[in-house]
Amino acid sequence: MSEPGVVIVGAGHAGGTAAAMLRQYGYEGAVTIVGDEPIAPYQRPPLSKAWLKGEADAEALMLRPLSFYTEHGVELILGVRVTSLDRTAKSLGLADGKTLAYDKLIIATGSRARPLPAPGADLKGVLFLRSAADAEVLKAALGPGKRLAVIGGGYIGLEAAASGRALGADVVVLEREDRILARVAAGVLPKFFQAYHEAKGVRFELGVQIEAFVGDGGVLTGVRLADGRVFPCDEALVGIGNIPNDELARDAGLECAGGIVVDAAARTSDPAIFAIGDVTHRPLPLYDRMFRLESVANALEQAKQAAGAIVGRPAPPPEVTWNWSDQYDIKLQMAGIAFDADDILVRGDPAAARFAVFHLRGPVIRAVEAVNAPSEFMAARQLIGSQKPVDRAKLADPAVSMKEVAAG
Amino acid sequence: MAKITYIEFNGKEHVVDVKPGLSVMEGAVKNNIPGIDADCGGACACATCHVYVDAAWQDKTGSQSAMEESMLDFAENVEPNSRLSCQIKVTDALDGLVVRMPQSQH
Repeated sequence: MSEPGVVIVGAGHAGGTAAAMLRQYGYEGAVTIVGDEPIAPYQRPPLSKAWLKGEADAEALMLRPLSFYTEHGVELILGVRVTSLDRTAKSLGLADGKTLAYDKLIIATGSRARPLPAPGADLKGVLFLRSAADAEVLKAALGPGKRLAVIGGGYIGLEAAASGRALGADVVVLEREDRILARVAAGVLPKFFQAYHEAKGVRFELGVQIEAFVGDGGVLTGVRLADGRVFPCDEALVGIGNIPNDELARDAGLECAGGIVVDAAARTSDPAIFAIGDVTHRPLPLYDRMFRLESVANALEQAKQAAGAIVGRPAPPPEVTWNWSDQYDIKLQMAGIAFDADDILVRGDPAAARFAVFHLRGPVIRAVEAVNAPSEFMAARQLIGSQKPVDRAKLADPAVSMKEVAAG
Repeated sequence: MAKITYIEFNGKEHVVDVKPGLSVMEGAVKNNIPGIDADCGGACACATCHVYVDAAWQDKTGSQSAMEESMLDFAENVEPNSRLSCQIKVTDALDGLVVRMPQSQH
């Protein structure tokens, strides 16, 4: 019988990439991916962006073509949930009753949409946007004349609002905080996005509490707020954050702290087990702390870390975390995290929809949010990583190129 | 189909058929050709699908968009024939295209 090799739990962006990287790095043992969704690893970011607007098809979502898995000897076990992990026996229990042995395990179970604990949350029409199946339901429900209530003014909610408008739907965003993108430190970005969305016909209700989803015959008809107002809608999209799927690891006694605790090689407290992607609570060397990230960049970085550690490659240098969001004709690119920042500097003109918000700690850039400003994003990504001090006067002056700012 | 030759930094050649309509980046990813990372999946958000277009093909692949140019400004080892391969749409006219990859995308 052949050796069990590497088993990857979770067929998402992280899991699929880990398999590809193992093969790219020359790993010759068995590689098996187990996923609870019925389809091979695919890209989630387009689900709320190009795909939702109908600008990308199902094939374009695939992380790799199906032929990749057969050609590279990666076994896919799809539509099956892993229910238990026995670290002593180095074995997984699957929902279909089978067991699966591993030499090395990579947990890439991701995160799931945080539910909104309100009456009526089980009505038909209360939606989430996490999986391709979720996105299919949302897309089918959007169109001219349809009314969409977006609960939560975060990136998922705003992207869905933009795509909803592109499909002709009527959109209202209901947000608990007194501004959208509440997790973003600077006021200029939320203000900019709200105004941009309003110009496209999206309505905002800020500082509101959802009291209940109201329905008729099991079907959603509206959202009622704590102040008594009811917003009639055909669909309500709940986008209020994600929670890590770390139960498998926790039940098996792996160290968890709002996600599976891993080191810089994506290794858990069990040396035979790695964890990657949204599910991890990971070190951020540039910020000298542990954190849980939800991004493709994070999934890819940790997939490389785990695959590299398994084949014995030297650890890659830490990357500057980054992410992006597409809304209408706006490309927002973000790098770093505004930890310990003590000042904010805006370069460019929000009114012209081309600017960047820099979060600084003294003369060092900690994070950037760049709106239609790719030079600012790319330069900041490098400067965040190098922690090289910048001249603030030059940074604030759009007439000075980012090349010159970066050169110091 | 357009036959595209992707040449890794170490000289290894990959010749594959790519369906018109896909990007040159997608042609590489779908064939698991190493050296084009395409972290953002083609959103022109990351500059990790950088290639050098063979001189004979530069006219047919067109020139950098403003967004692409800004992204490439800060990529490593940029040359006049540098492109982000997610921004080159494959057409029948690109049958025979040759692109080379940089040492690293990061």
